Amino acid sequence: MNVLCLVELDEAGVTDASLRALTFARSLATGGPAAPGATGPVVAAVAFGPADRVPASLLGRYGVTEAYVVEPSALDGYAPQAWARTLEGLLSVTLAAAVVAAGTDCGSEVLAHLGALTGQPMAANCLTASPEADGTLAVSRQRWAGLLIEDAILDGTPALLTVATDVVPPVPVDDAADPAVLVHEPDLDPADLRVRAAVSAGRDGGVSLATARVVVGGGRGVGGPDGFAPLEELARLLGGVVGVSRVVTSQGWRPHTQQVGQTGTKITPELYLACGISGAIQHMAGCASAKHIVVINTDPAAPILSRADYAVIGDLAEVIPALVAALKERA
Amino acid sequence: MEVAVCVKRVPQVGGRIVVTPDGQDVDTRMSGFAISPHEECAVEEAVQITERLGGTVSVLTLGPAEAADQLRDALALGAHRAVLLEDGGREWGPAGTAAAIVAEVRRRAAEGPGCDLLLLGNEAADTGDYQVGVRVAHGLGWPCATGIKHLEITGDGARARREYRGREETFEFGLPAVITVKEGINLPRYPSLPGRLRAKRAAIEQYQPQWQPEGLRKRALRVPDQPRQQATVLGTGADAVPALVRLLEELGVLK
Repeated sequence: MNVLCLVELDEAGVTDASLRALTFARSLATGGPAAPGATGPVVAAVAFGPADRVPASLLGRYGVTEAYVVEPSALDGYAPQAWARTLEGLLSVTLAAAVVAAGTDCGSEVLAHLGALTGQPMAANCLTASPEADGTLAVSRQRWAGLLIEDAILDGTPALLTVATDVVPPVPVDDAADPAVLVHEPDLDPADLRVRAAVSAGRDGGVSLATARVVVGGGRGVGGPDGFAPLEELARLLGGVVGVSRVVTSQGWRPHTQQVGQTGTKITPELYLACGISGAIQHMAGCASAKHIVVINTDPAAPILSRADYAVIGDLAEVIPALVAALKERA
Repeated sequence: MEVAVCVKRVPQVGGRIVVTPDGQDVDTRMSGFAISPHEECAVEEAVQITERLGGTVSVLTLGPAEAADQLRDALALGAHRAVLLEDGGREWGPAGTAAAIVAEVRRRAAEGPGCDLLLLGNEAADTGDYQVGVRVAHGLGWPCATGIKHLEITGDGARARREYRGREETFEFGLPAVITVKEGINLPRYPSLPGRLRAKRAAIEQYQPQWQPEGLRKRALRVPDQPRQQATVLGTGADAVPALVRLLEELGVLK
């Protein structure tokens, strides 16, 4: 089946979440029965921005066969309903039977609008999708931020799906070819532009929690707002950032932007060093995709130990300064 | 300013989440229930807005009769009236939920002062559909912003901000509007004792909206495989630091 995928651009080319969505889209496109004599299915990508910023060869490496770009002269900046209207317009151009986007704030919102515009259901945060004989899709998707998986039937034309940002890996193709990049002029309704983002630089320009390679986590065991300095220093030494549990933000010890978990940020670092965190299930939903989890905790029976790779049993107020000293000595 | 807030009753899961033997639900025999976290912040935001600008907060839920508990929690935080849309014992999907909310907003507008601002959580903790607010906005023909973590009401409009990929996105639009918020927009207050007493006595309006089938149909729920089991203990206290440094070297995270 032909699949249309929304691609988000960033400074590096295409966001990691969109590469994952493209991998999912390609697997969906090639998963169904091919029509006799038909050429391969179309994996179409659509991006918003200047045409010269669309990395055709990168899109080709992720299986894109047709790329569409909506330039700022036609639609400037992020306007969720206008982006959804653009996807709707591209359905007849690409003959797509499914539309896929990353399960990001942007992708979820645009596909929700597309669902409302087309009157079709939308399945959020999917892990897998495969065509059934009756034309529906069998999907598995995250509930409870990934703590549960729902197996479901998605019965919609087009099928609308967002892709979990922390599970489906981005996988390039073996035989890549650069797709043509075609400029697309969307047909918009004035109401589509009522809500449009003005973008400004974020307040903290440091390493982002969501993409950090190392996250040093602090929980209730840190003891209070004054206990985070050693964690900050450790994070600096490791080239990472500090993340915290929900109790820390609900106590007002640290800003909510640092929260790891179901209602905060989902992280995917090489190392999550969780200090003084018991491991409530909502917290684990945010860090389960870390490659390695190392715990520092006074309680050997804390739930987080049953979901971690390594642990040091001890008081973080003792262990972290000793670790910081050892790392400084080593440097 | 008439503000309506949609909340959802969800299980309070603690250390682990268990699925019923038939695979259709979360086992809630051992758990309590609460307002889904983003929506608790939506209630607080609505109360703060009416404290500044005057007006009333209506809190609305679609759920079983027991969801009256969550409406009373919202009343205790300062909401003024509560509406229970009874789910009739069925599981409602996002399209049907949105249609029921749209019908309630219209019914209310026909009877008296309509709603200027409708707040929801960005997504429900349990189903995580990420779309009810947007579908409601389309049903009402109102502008919509999602994932909002800072909100200002400016005369007859709203200025809503969120962080996205390290940058700040600001949306400005007129009211009435639908806004979905995320935890972090505020720190919800604790209910006061007078608030609790008032909530206990408050009347709750009840309606029975019409259920509709959905295009996304659940087959079963399951707990994903655990990639990790019990952690290997490296040692105790500061004595474990040399082993910890060696581990960090092996993991390749030391610069």
